[in-house]
Amino acid sequence: MFGSIDPLVLIASLMVASTPILLAAMGELVTEKSGVLNLGVEGMMIVGAVAGFITAVETGSPALGFIAAAVGAAILSALFAVLTLVFLSNQVATGLGLTLFGLGVSSLMGQGYNGVRPPSSPRVTIPGLSDIPVFALHPMVYISLLLVVAVWWVLRSTRPGLILRAVGESHDSAHALGYSVRGTRFAAVLFGGACAGLGGAFLSLVIVPQWTEGMTAGRGWIALAIVVFASWRAWRVLLGAYLFGGVTVLQLNLQAAGVAIPVELLSMSPYLITIVVLVIISSDRRRAAANAPASLGRSFHASS
Amino acid sequence: MSAGPLLEVSGLRKTYPGVVANDDVSFSVGPGEVHALLGENGAGKSTLVKMVYGLVRPDEGRMTFAGQPYAPSSPHEARSTGVAMVFQHFSLFEALDVAENVALGMETPPPMRTLAASIREVSETYGLPLDPSRLVGDLSAGERQRVEIIRCLLQDPKLLIMDEPTSVLTPQEVGILFDTLRKLQSEGTSILYISHKLEEIRSLCQGATVLRLGRVVGSCDPREKSARELAELMVGTELTAPAVRAGAPGPVALKVDKLSVASPSEFGTALREVSFEVREGEILGIGGVAGNGQDELLGALSGEIGTAPGAVALKGRDIGALGPNARRRLGLLAAPEERLGHAAAPDMSLVENGVLSAWVRKDLVSRGFVDWKRARRYAEEVIAAFDVRTPGPDNAARSLSGGNLQKFVVGREILQKPEVLVINQPTWGVDASAAAAIRQALLDLAGEGAAVVVISQDLDELMEIAGRFAALNEGRLSAARLTEALTMEEIGLMMGGAHGMEVAHV
Repeated sequence: MFGSIDPLVLIASLMVASTPILLAAMGELVTEKSGVLNLGVEGMMIVGAVAGFITAVETGSPALGFIAAAVGAAILSALFAVLTLVFLSNQVATGLGLTLFGLGVSSLMGQGYNGVRPPSSPRVTIPGLSDIPVFALHPMVYISLLLVVAVWWVLRSTRPGLILRAVGESHDSAHALGYSVRGTRFAAVLFGGACAGLGGAFLSLVIVPQWTEGMTAGRGWIALAIVVFASWRAWRVLLGAYLFGGVTVLQLNLQAAGVAIPVELLSMSPYLITIVVLVIISSDRRRAAANAPASLGRSFHASS
Repeated sequence: MSAGPLLEVSGLRKTYPGVVANDDVSFSVGPGEVHALLGENGAGKSTLVKMVYGLVRPDEGRMTFAGQPYAPSSPHEARSTGVAMVFQHFSLFEALDVAENVALGMETPPPMRTLAASIREVSETYGLPLDPSRLVGDLSAGERQRVEIIRCLLQDPKLLIMDEPTSVLTPQEVGILFDTLRKLQSEGTSILYISHKLEEIRSLCQGATVLRLGRVVGSCDPREKSARELAELMVGTELTAPAVRAGAPGPVALKVDKLSVASPSEFGTALREVSFEVREGEILGIGGVAGNGQDELLGALSGEIGTAPGAVALKGRDIGALGPNARRRLGLLAAPEERLGHAAAPDMSLVENGVLSAWVRKDLVSRGFVDWKRARRYAEEVIAAFDVRTPGPDNAARSLSGGNLQKFVVGREILQKPEVLVINQPTWGVDASAAAAIRQALLDLAGEGAAVVVISQDLDELMEIAGRFAALNEGRLSAARLTEALTMEEIGLMMGGAHGMEVAHV
């Protein structure tokens, strides 16, 4: 029954399908490593999707679209940062509010863009390699992979990465040593927003490519879950995102191949499998917590 | 360098809303001098050094460093001027390794590989062995302090500030720390040493400034004063030692037999085969450096952590499976260390906090409804009996100062007339007169026939009130011994000696 599925094509399409979640999850990883829990990923993604879509349609340039997506979602995340870091509002409630706000604002902005086709992006062509499906994808796919390497390296080996981890681990200690807790967290939240925006734009400009209300369809939540699943490690985020993307693509292929499983079951399988894996991974509470930023979700107020 | 003082502070003043933390504070530290800042909790020592370290800006006053005007706006600036600080709390990162922790406290850290080598070198030179690749969360309190000290030493400071450095150390570790400090002093480093342990200051410091309620009340050469004179200067009144009531201990009230419990927290310490018994009318003191299983022991005795059958027995009855309220009903009460969030709910009033622990024994609930009249009377009773300074019982627990809240949470348990009381750090952060009152109350409680288990890191306190002493070390409890027959040396060995420092060579 798998005879009709070409493995290379399958891998190529899973890479594409995973990219929005990978981008959003990498951004959220950095945000959470600084000790901020931003539950507004879904809202930032969809604002990125609509901002990127409108810009690309109006200017005819997909590259400008991606930039606008990053900027637009970063602006939304700045709102979150001001509320939680300056006015010390509750991060969970504010994050949920951000998602609802993002969904509403995006459908308002997207009115009149339903059914429009965005300009298509040029593919990278490497002579000799472009016949292989895996090497002929949209540039953002490779950028997202570079992002994984960059985040991993920055967090592990550089001083800004060390300070970021220190702020997420103990904001009181970081403050006592003279590091700016608020500044570090603000930057991390903006980075998370920009990444989520890129993920959203990849969805509306490359995968679908079209604007529909609510088109992120829970991918922001999956990205949040993957960060926990990955126990805050960059490489495991990649693994988690590709696992989810893989199941998504596989179920589509199985549907196309006419497997006798109800379509509804197949389409919910990626979510189901992600939940099951999350539960298994998180069952050992001590191990799951071992790499979690100790100050995650706690408001910081310099009292001294 | 001029021959004048290295650091000179004149007329510093700092106010917080409603509190004057420091008022017109002046003192100076000479080159190569070890200078003590003495004072009780809340006297303003910490605020003062935070201003020297650039964490807090003074409202008024001036400082000079090596003859130059000095007004640091951040710790970065203080560090680049040559001021380094070893904190009592709040400056290490448990999930990061030693080298990363050190790098975070330096202005221009070298690459990690060279840093690891220089950490090894400095730690060998000063007799403070330390492995740069270990996680700080896995280190003992003494080792953590070494991380802080080495972080400072790598920057060749001219002035080293130490905030209560010995409160977490065993007597042997204190000895090694003092050797290190004397070596530093002989190399010309000045040290500003904060403590309220008077004997330490007398043996280490050449000058002392005494603070009380934010003001300088005296300065002296501590080597020429007795500990008693220093204490009275610090407290402002004469101190009376608590009166011990002699009485023969009765039958065994609480028996703990081979109690092993895993820690609920990630960097906690599991208890391993802890055994002891306490008799009626007796106080058992349990010492040990923080983080050696104290919280876990309190949890297992109070009922927050369930235990294996037969491990904890109250008057011969196995209570391992009972929760806190069932144990309260049987007469076993407990007061944990952390006041806000564990012993008391910070945003609830004193009346409500009283109900939370006392409703079982004081009959504050009838047919499922809280009897607020009686609850209020009980809170007022505690406030009156333990001299808790608060406008009234309706104030939130959070609004009380640490010492006053401590008096309330201790008093709340004692007035319930427990048959067994387990208490962790009864006088932590409490001023001397309030501490004396709490100790007296514990002695009186034992005198009335209750069995009391006092877990504390303050050895002087345990020696004063406990009949027998045992020490927790890495989750194991030593055999209990009569306190009268113990020397400091023996106590240190019971606490585990110098953790991992036997190889030190100074």
